[in-house]
Amino acid sequence: MSFYNEIQKYNWEEVKDQIYSKTTDDVKRALQKEKIDLHDFQALISPAGTEYLEIMAQKSMHLTQKRFGKCIQMYIPLYISNSCTNTCVYCGFNCKNEFERKILNRSDLIDEAKEIKKLGFEHILLVSGEDQKRCGSAYISEMMDTIKDDFSLISLEAQPLEVDEYEKLTHKGLHTVYIYQETYNESNYKKYHPAGKKSNFQFRLETPDRLGQAGVHKVGLGCLLGLEDWRVDSFFTALHLQYLEKTYWKSKYSISFPRLRPHTGGFQPNYETSQKDLVQLITAYRLFNHHVEISLSTRESEQFRDNMLKLGATSFSAGSKTNPGGYSNKEESLEQFSINDDRSPAEIAEMIQSKGYEVVWKDWDNFMQL
Amino acid sequence: MNDLKLGDKIFTSRLFTGTGKFSSNEVMKEAIEASGSELVTMALKRIDIEDENDNMLQHLQIPGVNLLPNTSGVRNAKEAVFAAQLTREALETNWLKLEIHPDPKYLLPDGEETLKAAEELVKLGFHVLPYVQADPVLCKKLEEVGTAAVMPLGSPIGSNNGLQTIDFLKIIIEQSNVPVVVDAGIGAPSHAAAAMEIGADAVLVNTAIAVSPNPVEMAKAFKMAVEAGRMAFEAKLAERSMGANASSPLTAFLEDLD
Repeated sequence: MSFYNEIQKYNWEEVKDQIYSKTTDDVKRALQKEKIDLHDFQALISPAGTEYLEIMAQKSMHLTQKRFGKCIQMYIPLYISNSCTNTCVYCGFNCKNEFERKILNRSDLIDEAKEIKKLGFEHILLVSGEDQKRCGSAYISEMMDTIKDDFSLISLEAQPLEVDEYEKLTHKGLHTVYIYQETYNESNYKKYHPAGKKSNFQFRLETPDRLGQAGVHKVGLGCLLGLEDWRVDSFFTALHLQYLEKTYWKSKYSISFPRLRPHTGGFQPNYETSQKDLVQLITAYRLFNHHVEISLSTRESEQFRDNMLKLGATSFSAGSKTNPGGYSNKEESLEQFSINDDRSPAEIAEMIQSKGYEVVWKDWDNFMQL
Repeated sequence: MNDLKLGDKIFTSRLFTGTGKFSSNEVMKEAIEASGSELVTMALKRIDIEDENDNMLQHLQIPGVNLLPNTSGVRNAKEAVFAAQLTREALETNWLKLEIHPDPKYLLPDGEETLKAAEELVKLGFHVLPYVQADPVLCKKLEEVGTAAVMPLGSPIGSNNGLQTIDFLKIIIEQSNVPVVVDAGIGAPSHAAAAMEIGADAVLVNTAIAVSPNPVEMAKAFKMAVEAGRMAFEAKLAERSMGANASSPLTAFLEDLD
């Protein structure tokens, strides 16, 4: 059994109809409940829900403060490789893009880590494209070994791996794995992921199951907003979250909201997700799940992040570079996407404090996991 | 009011506090000072135990305040014992709040693993304060392996729901030979006072103070409530009774007997 079996019980179009037929009464009912279910969640993310954003935001703020306090955790991505064998139509690392690829070696990584340490970070996210031959789990393990004494929490965002590989990495100190489904629409998934290992919808979808089986401490979910109707995809993410929490109850979960933005050239989002939509979505998740961590990256703008700080977010990245070697900056290399909040970590920390929140640089230690 | 003897220390304050969820370390420090607390717990994962200049530790250097490191984040006995030993080395304290919660969602304690770890840690010379379900049998077992106290929960941690487990807390308090500290779920000064009135030796409060719009005032309110509750317990509460005394006593006939 996996989430792939679970999702067979649902039909994309039916779910879409359910969401779009929710009324303001459904929304009001959901807002009065202490604990909301998936039907209520549908109402909150429905078009009818858009009229209740202020109430949702207020509730979301209180629930988040109660569970997480007035605290924002800080992390930074470190791209270790942009080599990729996939052809995802929206991604800068698409192997059809003719750029010189960069795979960091140990010494490159030490240089990067040195620069990042100067910024104050303790939580690091290693990011890699999918190149199983050159950047498989042995390479990831080697990279983790290289920096594990420098950081108190190591996360990974890379190609899906097998259970035994995740187990080995966890024993070496891996804490969190982010794996975004991009879209839960199986029939259209292939359009966006035409070739490479990532074109296998089921293998990707079952990755959080494998992470749970491997005992990974935290699993990050999300879909790429803009590929399909965000309301429907978000319902499936919530369904996924609920399934995982019940099945792999020893793991923590987090949700991220990578959002495709229209830009000149390249892939254009099929379904645009506005900032207002994102507010509706994030606050709806908080009302649905009081415990899930919510991460907001530098893909979003300065103004938006400053305002979302109180509305449900629990962790922020800052000072991010999305190209391997970007921090020690010896040479230009291909970046995955361009960021919209380019303030320094110190500036972002100051902003967080000015809003009456504590900046949490450290909330884990390698010695907590054996 | 009587002092509280716990481990090898005497406490005049029966309010223990936490360090999580505050909007800044400065606010945390002020609130702890206002609470009058002499025992403050902090998560090992939040501090850098090898760094003397760790910002949180710096702010916890308050005269009269003892630190109670906790193992929040570990999932089993083995991890807890390992973390405890590292901490003792770095922070030079034998005191430990033992928290083992494999469930990161509700942070509910694992009784089986807690008992296992407590037994081992006591043998290693720790003063162990275990965070547990309000389970009277488990509390007796922990006492038997030598914990310095037991810390049963009032309701799920961070819920502010008060003493939902009150019937079990009463049994634990009645049966216990070690101090009983009600931990988790205390959301209002009235909850803290109620715990003290039923005879708890102390309470531990974090979220209700840290998340209040005015943590310093709230800390003071908890201080007063804990003192009031304890004073009431020591003065002995009057029995509760709904009705007046019967005007025709049932045993009056005894006077008519020869």
